[in-house]
Amino acid sequence: MISNQLGVSAKNRKLETFSYDDQIVKWFVTATVIWGAVAIILGVLIAFQLAEWRLNLGLAWTSFGRLRPLHTNSAIFAFCGNAIFAGIYFSHQRLCKARLFNDLLSRIHFWGWQLVIVLAAITLPLGITTGKEYAELEWPIDILITLIWVVFSVNFFGTILRRRERHIYVAIWFYIATVITVGVLHIVNSIELPVTWTKSYSMYAGVQDALVQWWYGHNAVAFFLTTPFLGMMYYFIPKAANRPVYSYRLSIIHFWSLVFIYIWAGPHHLLYTTLPEWAQTLGMVFSISLWMPSWGGMINGLMTLRGVWNKVRTEPGLRFMATSLTFYGMSTFEGPLLSIKSINAIAHFTDWIPGHVHSGTIGWNYMLISGILFYMVPKLWGTELYSKKIAHTQFWLATIGLVFYIVSMWVAGITQSLMWRAMDDAGRLIYPNFIETVVKIVPMYWVRAVGGTLVLVSYLLMMYNLLKTARTGKKASAEIYEAYALDESSIEPNADNHRKLEGWPMIFSVLSLIAILVGSAIEIIPSLMAKNYIVKIDAIRPYTPLELYGRDVYIREGCYLCHSQTVRPMSHEVLRYGKPSDAAEFVYDHPFQWGSKRTGPDLARLGGKYPHMWHYKHFWDPREVTAGSIMPKYPWLFDSKIDYSTLTKKMDVMRRLGVPYSKSEVLNAVWTARTQAMAISGELIEEGVPKKVVEMEIVALISYMQRLGVDFKNIPENPELAGPEVK
Amino acid sequence: MEVIVVLLPLAIILGVTFIFAFIWSARKGQYDDLETPGFRMLLEDKKSTKLRKED
Repeated sequence: MISNQLGVSAKNRKLETFSYDDQIVKWFVTATVIWGAVAIILGVLIAFQLAEWRLNLGLAWTSFGRLRPLHTNSAIFAFCGNAIFAGIYFSHQRLCKARLFNDLLSRIHFWGWQLVIVLAAITLPLGITTGKEYAELEWPIDILITLIWVVFSVNFFGTILRRRERHIYVAIWFYIATVITVGVLHIVNSIELPVTWTKSYSMYAGVQDALVQWWYGHNAVAFFLTTPFLGMMYYFIPKAANRPVYSYRLSIIHFWSLVFIYIWAGPHHLLYTTLPEWAQTLGMVFSISLWMPSWGGMINGLMTLRGVWNKVRTEPGLRFMATSLTFYGMSTFEGPLLSIKSINAIAHFTDWIPGHVHSGTIGWNYMLISGILFYMVPKLWGTELYSKKIAHTQFWLATIGLVFYIVSMWVAGITQSLMWRAMDDAGRLIYPNFIETVVKIVPMYWVRAVGGTLVLVSYLLMMYNLLKTARTGKKASAEIYEAYALDESSIEPNADNHRKLEGWPMIFSVLSLIAILVGSAIEIIPSLMAKNYIVKIDAIRPYTPLELYGRDVYIREGCYLCHSQTVRPMSHEVLRYGKPSDAAEFVYDHPFQWGSKRTGPDLARLGGKYPHMWHYKHFWDPREVTAGSIMPKYPWLFDSKIDYSTLTKKMDVMRRLGVPYSKSEVLNAVWTARTQAMAISGELIEEGVPKKVVEMEIVALISYMQRLGVDFKNIPENPELAGPEVK
Repeated sequence: MEVIVVLLPLAIILGVTFIFAFIWSARKGQYDDLETPGFRMLLEDKKSTKLRKED
């Protein structure tokens, strides 16, 4: 049997010749290297913006709230995305002993994906966003992503069907999980109702939107930044070390256990929110269970290097791979730790989380990509790596930069969190002013930015090194290989039937999955969204048209990236912000805006806390009302007029999503909005503000700020409606 | 929380898909041999002696 698999003696099997499509791999490699630089430059820029607010430059499209989504999207989907496609296309062909299914599909895949990235780079700085983290791209781009993903899937599974190697190597299983799950996640989380070509509202609202979003958000990490990279790890580390994986058996167990556990862990992003407690606990339990497979995989990868540790010292590729696994081990230890409720209570909303994320993205993804590139590029261009010395320098810069990053964020996160919760003996907050806790950690923001700069320099060194390598490459000629075609006749009787059915289960499962998903999405979701919301509280009313417009400005400017809108049931939060949030408060929030980070204070109870003039000054220059604030200025809100033309349409879409606006409310939206704008600007004008303010977006934003949490605050004390119990 | 009605079946569908994939792969003998695949992937592809094509 083994001899058959080796293709040595096969009576009835046809010897076939084939070549690999390495051109497409080269393209994806090139795209990876270029987009990676963009992602890291943006990351360094926004890191400095947090340390020094003037670097926001006072321009709309260079402000933190708009560039941060561009950084995350380019790092995840442009840098890691292209790297995944390069690594998968390189290894998949070789593991299947078959050329990619279709050259044209490969090219559509490449150019389609680059188009997505370019569209993202244009739309995000313009403030065109859905307001859901890591899923910010608007609906036409979402559709394009879906199409390209289908092209990729067909190309990928088609190659499996044409393989000349019976055994599906473990790396391919990791790729399969990626292809299927990312497709599903993307489609489900992106279900939205368009208003215009550049604006849509999430189909889900409030708690439900939060659950879908973090189900997506967590699994984007799992199935975009983890499973494909683990698959590549199982191919490239053995190849680079020229050693078989430590335990193939363990790698299979690793895969199946990881796949079954990962998908349930999402709710750990929503601990202490109004998500039902059982869902929170479920997420926590599964997150802790993830320790097992994650460490199993890490140990398996590291042990593969047994006997060749000396090469880790001399070979840059192996050195990066080994280090990436170490950081993978670290961040998958930290992740479950952070999902434990009592630890999450401290770490959530703080800088510890970006620190954790970057130990994964820089330590695991960037390092592994470097290792893979150092293996692939010389092979693809038929040459040797230009300089090992530069690569080693790159390694040290990246490692030291990353340590700066992680440690500074640990210090910043824990310091700030302890300040938030510090209370004196009389039960009063020791630091009632949020700004005190910000000013304290600004030095750490500088340290982080310096660390990021070191990572950037390391990256530029790699670019130079790879460019030089490719330059010295020979004009590569595609090798022709030979292998026996798969034919079960040599293994089993009834071969013909088996041969035909080979592969069909996979295709069928994919097709039926797509059918089921589309069907249930179309049928179930609208009916769900329309009625039967949580526990309705009559006092909670939908936003007025002007507030709705202001909310869209809030989303456009990326306010949710620094401000949360959910008060956790903890005494220090109640003291600082007010009553804990209740699920009923968010039923009209398409999309939810709970946020995941408190660079600034929570805004759930902001309404009515300050006069209009305070907000007016605050958006003009936050330092006029809060000395030491690191928030950018928003001068363009004072110059751009409210666009009333789409307001009726927006209200109508909200109505279709189940928000109880009456028909006349929709029809009179513009008039109502103008009236409210006049009322607010009237107060402002009395205090000496120019009269043109009535036309400007700042008024809409202020109206939204003043509405936040007001309905809930005004509910008379009633034990049943008082929100969750304070602990 | 009605969205559970979507998410739960979805998670279950995904899980069941992978269970079927697992059963399929096990039945197909994918895991009969858990030693040699680790070695075989290291082997270089056999170059054809017949021709070389310019890229």
